[in-house]
Amino acid sequence: MSDLTLTPNIDGADDYYAELLAMHDGLSREESDALNARLVLVLSNHIGNRTVLSQALAAAALKPIK
Amino acid sequence: MNQIFETPMYAYSRHADQDATTPPRHKVIVVGAGPVGLAAAIDLAQQGIEVVVIDDNDRVSTGSRAICFAKRPLEILDRLGCSAPMIDKGVLWNTGKVFFDKRQVYDFNLQEEGGHAFPAFINLQQYYLEKFLVDRVRELQAEGAPIDIRGRNKVSAVGTHPNHVTIEIDTPEGSYNLEADWLIACDGANSPLRAMLGKDFVGRVFEDNFLIADVVMEADFPSERWFWFDPPFNKGQSALLHKQPDGVWRIDLQLGWDIDKDHEKKPENVIPRLKAMLGDDVEFELEWVSIYTFQCRRMEQFRHNRVIFAGDAAHQVSPFGARGANSGLQDTDNLCWKLKLVINGDAPESLLDSYNTERVWGADENIQNSSRSTDFITPKSGMSRVLRDAVLDLSEKFEFARPLVNSGRLSVPCTYDGSPLNSADALDGPDRSRPGSACPDAPLTEGFLLPKLAGKFTLLTIDADAPDVIEEDGITVTRLALSLKNDPTLALKNRYLGEATSGVYLIRPDQHVAARRPSFDDKLFRAAIRRATGKE
Ligand SMILES: Cc1cc2nc3c(=O)[nH]c(=O)nc-3n(C[C@H](O)[C@H](O)[C@H](O)COP(=O)(O)OP(=O)(O)OC[C@H]3O[C@@H](n4cnc5c(N)ncnc54)[C@H](O)[C@@H]3O)c2cc1C
Repeated sequence: MSDLTLTPNIDGADDYYAELLAMHDGLSREESDALNARLVLVLSNHIGNRTVLSQALAAAALKPIK
Repeated sequence: MNQIFETPMYAYSRHADQDATTPPRHKVIVVGAGPVGLAAAIDLAQQGIEVVVIDDNDRVSTGSRAICFAKRPLEILDRLGCSAPMIDKGVLWNTGKVFFDKRQVYDFNLQEEGGHAFPAFINLQQYYLEKFLVDRVRELQAEGAPIDIRGRNKVSAVGTHPNHVTIEIDTPEGSYNLEADWLIACDGANSPLRAMLGKDFVGRVFEDNFLIADVVMEADFPSERWFWFDPPFNKGQSALLHKQPDGVWRIDLQLGWDIDKDHEKKPENVIPRLKAMLGDDVEFELEWVSIYTFQCRRMEQFRHNRVIFAGDAAHQVSPFGARGANSGLQDTDNLCWKLKLVINGDAPESLLDSYNTERVWGADENIQNSSRSTDFITPKSGMSRVLRDAVLDLSEKFEFARPLVNSGRLSVPCTYDGSPLNSADALDGPDRSRPGSACPDAPLTEGFLLPKLAGKFTLLTIDADAPDVIEEDGITVTRLALSLKNDPTLALKNRYLGEATSGVYLIRPDQHVAARRPSFDDKLFRAAIRRATGKE
């Protein structure tokens, strides 16, 4: 049973995607990596649920979700 | 300056055994008078088991090595009669500060759960612990307990037989042989006994070096633990400052992998590093300096018939999280009551296999914890460093990231989930006292709970009826009858009953829970006693 939402779930997806890209404008590769890492941690904490997080890790790795 | 490690504490003196025509046989020989070997010997001697401790040295550990002692080992040392001087001498602290680069990212206050006789941990030099243990050996000897300690006796060969062990011992006056029914190998991480028996010791070496220095200074740094990630005075590495008694401070400086150890150890190279950290105007004296490469590894099996390994000889962890001596003391706590029952014929030899099962489980837990700390402190890949730094940056602004910062996790007792000695949990009680757990302490109307559970099988009843004594196949279990009426702080209720209104616990001599139910049942508790002593 999957608790991770894998169907479209973001209002104004194009706007959000543009906002995400804009965050990286003018950053070096290193700064971008750091930003992405912080984002992952912030989002992970928001999700909190360990099952969902493990499913998210699998989804990101393009692996089957248990 | 304190130099107790320069004075012999168990100087060599010739023993009649050295002049015997045939090798004398002892019940138990403990090889190694480090904290673990001494604790094992005291534990056995207190229970009337004859024991000889053999050590190739004659004094306590040089330099302090271990400095943090956690609650559970303090509870064990209490049972061994050594906790009072530890608490008197040790330093208590509860504030920690975390620095990243040039700034302090946060500080924390360890909120101790109340209602325990002992603090979460104390800081104390390992040589003091060893001294207090040797003092206790002397005290037991004065009382006529069957315990002997022989300095400058070095084991040079070992022979194993189905029912005994033989060893050859080198002394300043030549060598002699001894036999033992049982041998406990507590001869440290480089265990010569392990090598002599050709046993493996596998795991992970962390490709890194740490300069460990104990400095004496009159500086007024507070009694806090300061940990730096990537500080300006040790770029790209980590550093730790921690207080010990007698104005001694522990400093750890990570140095990286490609270094010349002999060069780095020289005072003329150490002192500038410390000045960069402490400031130019701070006066200090070096008490002890060493450079370590840390490892996490263990033997596959801790019991090899009549030779039983404990402490660093059996498992080694990196010091982040202070788990070396702390877990070694839990080894002997687990082993000694079992060995006593086996020696006295009250339990089958197979009970000792549960020592292996339970302490291998404990060692794996410790290795996992200290590997994770080491991976956080010294990230092993570019991306693990990026994530680590992200955690630290976030920790400055947001509380959520602070629990992810890992500069060492406090050593807590291992719960032997799945141990063959446990009976199925039959009480809807708190998780923390489920079968396999070390009993949490609790204040009673008079004194604390744990001393009432020490060194024997106990049937703890809380608002439940049961016989005062149960005898089951050589094992005597005595009842400790408590009631929530003698529970001034509700700790007993919260730690042992939860929502339940009554409970009956079978507690092992090492204060671990073997079984629990809401009420007494003769047949089921007798089965639990047999199970807890390796008879089912
Ligand atoms: C820098 C550092 C910091 C640490 N910090 C902590 C901490 O904060 N908390 C913690 O719990 N642990 C800590 N540790 C780990 C702790 O020091 C060890 O786990 C502990 O000393 C192990 O005790 P032991 O009795 O098993 O072995 P050891 O203390 O190594 O004792 C082994 C004994 O065996 C003897 N011996 C060896 N070979 C022979 C032989 N052939 N014949 C006779 N005798 C022999 C030796 O002389 C020695 O006395 C730290 C370690 C280091 C290096």
